[in-house]
Amino acid sequence: MNAVAVAGKAASSIATGKRAERSLRAMVFTLLLLLCMLVGFVVLTTLLVDVLQKGIGHLNREFLTNLDSRIASRAGIYPALLGSLWLMGLTAAISFPLGIGAAVYLEEFAPRNRFTAFLEVNIANLAAVPSIIYGLLGLAVFVRAMEMGRSILAGAMTLTLLILPVVIVASREALRAVPDYIRHGAYAVGATQWQTVWRQTLPAALPGTMTGMILGLSRAIGETAPLITLGALTYVNFAPTGPLDRFTAMPIQIFNWVSRPQSEYQQVAAAGIILLLAVLLTMNAVAIFLRNRYERKW
Amino acid sequence: MAERAIPVSLTRRRRRRGEQLIKVALLLCGVLSVATTLGIIGSLAFETVSFFQVVPVTTYLTGTQWGPTFTPPSFGVLPLVSATVLIAFIGIVVAFPIGLGSAIYLSEYASPRVRKVLKPALEVLAGIPTVVFGYFALTFVTPTVLERIVPGTNVFNALSAGVVIGIMIVPLVASLSEDAMRAVPFNLREAAYGMGATRRTVATRVVIPAALSGIAAGFILGLSRAIGETMIVAIAAGQIPNLTADPRAPMETMTAYIVQISLGDAPYGSIEYKTIFALGTTLFLMTLGLNVASYRFVRRFRERYE
Repeated sequence: MNAVAVAGKAASSIATGKRAERSLRAMVFTLLLLLCMLVGFVVLTTLLVDVLQKGIGHLNREFLTNLDSRIASRAGIYPALLGSLWLMGLTAAISFPLGIGAAVYLEEFAPRNRFTAFLEVNIANLAAVPSIIYGLLGLAVFVRAMEMGRSILAGAMTLTLLILPVVIVASREALRAVPDYIRHGAYAVGATQWQTVWRQTLPAALPGTMTGMILGLSRAIGETAPLITLGALTYVNFAPTGPLDRFTAMPIQIFNWVSRPQSEYQQVAAAGIILLLAVLLTMNAVAIFLRNRYERKW
Repeated sequence: MAERAIPVSLTRRRRRRGEQLIKVALLLCGVLSVATTLGIIGSLAFETVSFFQVVPVTTYLTGTQWGPTFTPPSFGVLPLVSATVLIAFIGIVVAFPIGLGSAIYLSEYASPRVRKVLKPALEVLAGIPTVVFGYFALTFVTPTVLERIVPGTNVFNALSAGVVIGIMIVPLVASLSEDAMRAVPFNLREAAYGMGATRRTVATRVVIPAALSGIAAGFILGLSRAIGETMIVAIAAGQIPNLTADPRAPMETMTAYIVQISLGDAPYGSIEYKTIFALGTTLFLMTLGLNVASYRFVRRFRERYE
């Protein structure tokens, strides 16, 4: 190496530790890290390939429109699909205003005192409560005490409580990203605090809150345990027509198929999983699209 | 928090009617989270107290037989707790090294461009529904992998459930650890690099010690998630209460038993109905203990750089 190159290198780069990494131990370490990173992707790919291989044969139009059946080849997911759609619609309708309301309160109105700090710790704690506990809460409060029965409404309210922490945290981040000069501008022309929130801050934060909402819903659509605990039926041969009907949902139906001893039902379950993952993927794609299309950089 | 630096004189107070009303409504949305917590504690406590009026606490906590639906019924929770702990332990043993390794790679080795691709991909793994992981454990991991390398593996076994739970919580452990590592100020790394350290030395001697509280919090939260996991164990670990340390054997966790009873439609007020709430309380206390511990960890052992 000649002197010019050495001088050039010294001027252009700061130390990054990369040059000294030609020892065997350093390379082995790097390799191990890469392996760790790879494990997740290998498993994910294996899972997807496995499910596709087993389920693609059963995935046809009849699968979408048939009721569940005692004969594996005729089993369809229609009641569960409609049940999931009802659940998601109601959950979105209930959790959207509640989540944004709580986020607006904490971000824009709450005084900085011990009660507010308590609220924040409480929300963080709720996010770490196992989902099956929410099922027990829903069973005791919505199904029994409020006498909603094992209905879609009781399921949607349970899922709402489950995803609220996610929605609140995402909405708060979106609100926090709106710079203060927007608020100051509104105050300067005489707007009240609420007018400022409603006309300026919330519209500016909407894409972020929508993204959070969709992420919350994509968690809710895969949830199985709380709905089973709630007493959602696992063998339902009717499509729900209203919020007070009994129901099944896609993950519950998949669980039901997996639990059957006949091996043909494993393929039916795989077909259900493909559909569930396709719905999830679509929701995530919409969230990413919204974020990229509407999110403003301030 | 809403401490925007806006002088009070700039905000118009109470001019529009209803503004206070809106504020109260928003406050109620926030208070709903407290109501949820109280609801959880209340509904669990109510049925648990009436459970313990039938079953002595010592029988529940020290009994080694679990069979509330047998005649005569037995209410020893140890088989369920040991299965829960064993599977969660397998899970964290799988998840922690992989998650930590991924976090070191993402935080210290990956270029911003590589990171931008890898991180969302890891989040995809976190978004897979648990019932799908359960299917994978039962129909792929056990027959295709475990039965070949671990002789004597049962169709339903703790090992497959534990390993798959571990894979499931890798993203959680990785993202919490990575957040902690990225919070370590760059001048610490640069000082080490300036002395000729390799990236490995910087990662193991500088970044990990400095980020230890966050990494420990990730470990504990991962464990808590593994304990509360339901569908994977309900599908892959079986539904036989079994007091054993053999991971190849079928066993039933607390969550799996709650699912089993819920599927059978336990009548309100029956002992089965009360039993699932007693198990819920046990589970809630275990995860709450871990969550509080992780919170304490972060607060007490955090290195401050300001």
